Amino acid sequence: MTWWYARGRQRAVVVRYVLLLLVLAISVGPLLWQLFSSLKGSEEALFGSEATFLPQDPSLAAYRTVFEQVPMAQYIRNSLIMCALTIGSQVVFPTLAGYMLSRRHWRGRSGFYSLLIVSMMFPFESIMVSLYMQIRDMSLDNTFVGVWLPGAIAAVNVLIMRATFAAVPDEIEDAAMLDGADEWRRFFRLYLPAAKGSLVVVVINSFIAAWDDFLWPFIVLRSEELYTLSLGLARLAASSLSFDPRVIMAGSIIAIVPIMVLFIAVQRYFFKGVESGAIK
Amino acid sequence: MTITTSSVKQVPWAARTRSGGGTGRLRRPRSTAGAGMYRPWWMPVLWIAPTVIVIAAFGVFPFLNTIVLSFTNATPLGGGGEWVGLANYERMLTDDNFWRATRNSIVYALIAVPLLVVLPLMMAQLVYKHLPGIGLFRTAFYAPVVASMVAVALVWQNLLNERGPINTALRSVGLVDSPVPFLSDPVLLLASAIALTVWKGLGWYMIFYLAALANVPSDLYEAAELDGAGAVRQFIHVTVPGVRLTMLLIAIMSGIGSLRVFTEIYVLGGATGGPGGQVQTLPFYIRDTALDPIAGNAGYGAAVSVALFLLTVGLAVLSHKFGSREES
Repeated sequence: MTWWYARGRQRAVVVRYVLLLLVLAISVGPLLWQLFSSLKGSEEALFGSEATFLPQDPSLAAYRTVFEQVPMAQYIRNSLIMCALTIGSQVVFPTLAGYMLSRRHWRGRSGFYSLLIVSMMFPFESIMVSLYMQIRDMSLDNTFVGVWLPGAIAAVNVLIMRATFAAVPDEIEDAAMLDGADEWRRFFRLYLPAAKGSLVVVVINSFIAAWDDFLWPFIVLRSEELYTLSLGLARLAASSLSFDPRVIMAGSIIAIVPIMVLFIAVQRYFFKGVESGAIK
Repeated sequence: MTITTSSVKQVPWAARTRSGGGTGRLRRPRSTAGAGMYRPWWMPVLWIAPTVIVIAAFGVFPFLNTIVLSFTNATPLGGGGEWVGLANYERMLTDDNFWRATRNSIVYALIAVPLLVVLPLMMAQLVYKHLPGIGLFRTAFYAPVVASMVAVALVWQNLLNERGPINTALRSVGLVDSPVPFLSDPVLLLASAIALTVWKGLGWYMIFYLAALANVPSDLYEAAELDGAGAVRQFIHVTVPGVRLTMLLIAIMSGIGSLRVFTEIYVLGGATGGPGGQVQTLPFYIRDTALDPIAGNAGYGAAVSVALFLLTVGLAVLSHKFGSREES
C-alpha cells in the first residue's frame, strides 16, 4: 500500500491504470475467454465452477473439426470476395467524387452534396424490402453482386474524402499548377498521396462492414455455397446437429482473428486519421 | 482584399475559364483557378457519375418506392401489387406484433442511447492523456468494434448461458441461488441484447470523443484546477460542455443504431426472435413479415418500414430538441 502515500499526481496515475485495466478486462476479457475455451482439450470443463480461464490441456482439435465438418474455407473465401468487391468500389468512387466535391465552382455541386446528405437519412432496414425486390427484378438475388451493389458506394466515405482533400493547402495546388500539372496529374501526384491516412480508414471500415454484414446477405443469399462467414457461423450455431461448443467457439475465433490482425497492423493510421478530423 | 472583375481579367487564366465554358462566376481567383483551368464541363460529371447512380438507384429510389409499396399488396416474389389504399396502415394499427416490435425498439433506444453517450466519454477521458502503454489500451478498447457481430454474439451467448461464467460468478458470490435465465426470459433477453450492443459500441463512440477532446482548450482545465476543481468537477464543468455537440451527434447515431438492431436478437434469441417472438425488433419484424418467400407481404412490410423511418426521424428530432434545450 505504499503507493497511497505517494504524491497526489502519482496516485492519480495509479488510479488511472487501475481503471484502464478494468475497462480492458471488460472489452477484451470476453474475447480472450472465448479464445482460451476454444483451445481447451475435450476432457476440460468449459462451463460451471470447475472451468478454468486458461486451458490446462491445450488442443487445436476444435479448429480441425470446424474445418472438417463445415465448409469453413468456402465461407472464408466468400467473405473475402465480398470484402474485395466492397473495398474496391469504396476506395475508387468516393475518392473521385470526394475530390470533385472539394473543388469549388462546378454546376451541380450543391445538388450532389444534398443528394449525399439525403441518402444518409434512411436507415437501411427501412428500405430493405424495396431493395430486395429491386435486386430480384434485376435477377441479382442469390449472387455476390446483389449483396455488394446496393452498398457499393457509401455517402459517408465521399464526405470523408472530401474533408481530406479540402484540407490540402491551396498554395500547394497553385504551385503544382504553375508547374503546368494538369488535373489528372495533380490528382494522382499531389492529392492521392496526401489522402493516404483517410484511405486506410476507408479500407478498414469497408473491410469490417463487408466482413461483419449479416442481415442483407442473409436476405439475398440462399445457396449455402455462397454463404459468407457470418452467415455460416449463424447457421453452425443454430444447426440441429449438436456440435461440441468448442467447435462453435473455434468458428467464431476464426471470424474475429483476421480482422483483428489487420486492424492492429494499421491502427496507427487509423487513430491518427480519425483524430485529425477525417471523420467529421 | 477585394478583387474586381476588371483586375481578374488581367490574369491570363481568367479568360480561359470563360471560353472553356467553365462555371463562370469569379470571386476568388485562387479557387477559380483550381476549378476552371484545365477542366472541361464533363469532367466533374464523369467523376461523380458512379456515386450518383448507385446512391440514387439504391438509396433514394428504394425509399420512394417503399412509400409506394406500402399502399399495395405486393409480395416479395413479384406478385400482387394492386393498390389497396390505407389498408396496410389500418392493419398495422391493430397488429399486436407490430406494437410489440415497436415497443422493443423504443425501449432498446431509450436504454442504449444514454449508456452510449456517457460511457464512451469516460473511456475517452481515460485514454486521452498520454501514459506509457496508452496506445495499447486504445487499440484494445476498440477490439469489440472490429470483431464481427455474429461472432461476438456467440461469445456472449456462451458467457450468459445457464452454466456460463457470468452465472457461475453470480452464484459463487451468493448473489443468486438459481441460474439467471438471461437468454430465455424475454425481458432479460432484451436486456442482454442491449448490453451486447452497448459493449460493442463503446470503442466506436470513444473515437468521436477523442477527436472532440482534442478541441477542448487545455487552459480551461488549468483555470479550473487553479480554482480548486477536482477531477469530477472538471469533468462536469469543462469536459461535458466542451464536447456537447459530439454528445448530440452520438445520441443521434446510437439512437439510429438501436432502431436498426437485428443480428443481436437473431443470434441470442434464435430465428424466432426470443420465445414466441417476444423480443423481435422492428427490422426483425419487417424481415419476418415482408420477405418470407411464401407468406411474405411486401406491401405490409413496406408500411412497417415507413413506421421505422418515421420513428428514426422522430428520435433524431427529439435528440436535437433535448440537445438544444440544454444549451439555453
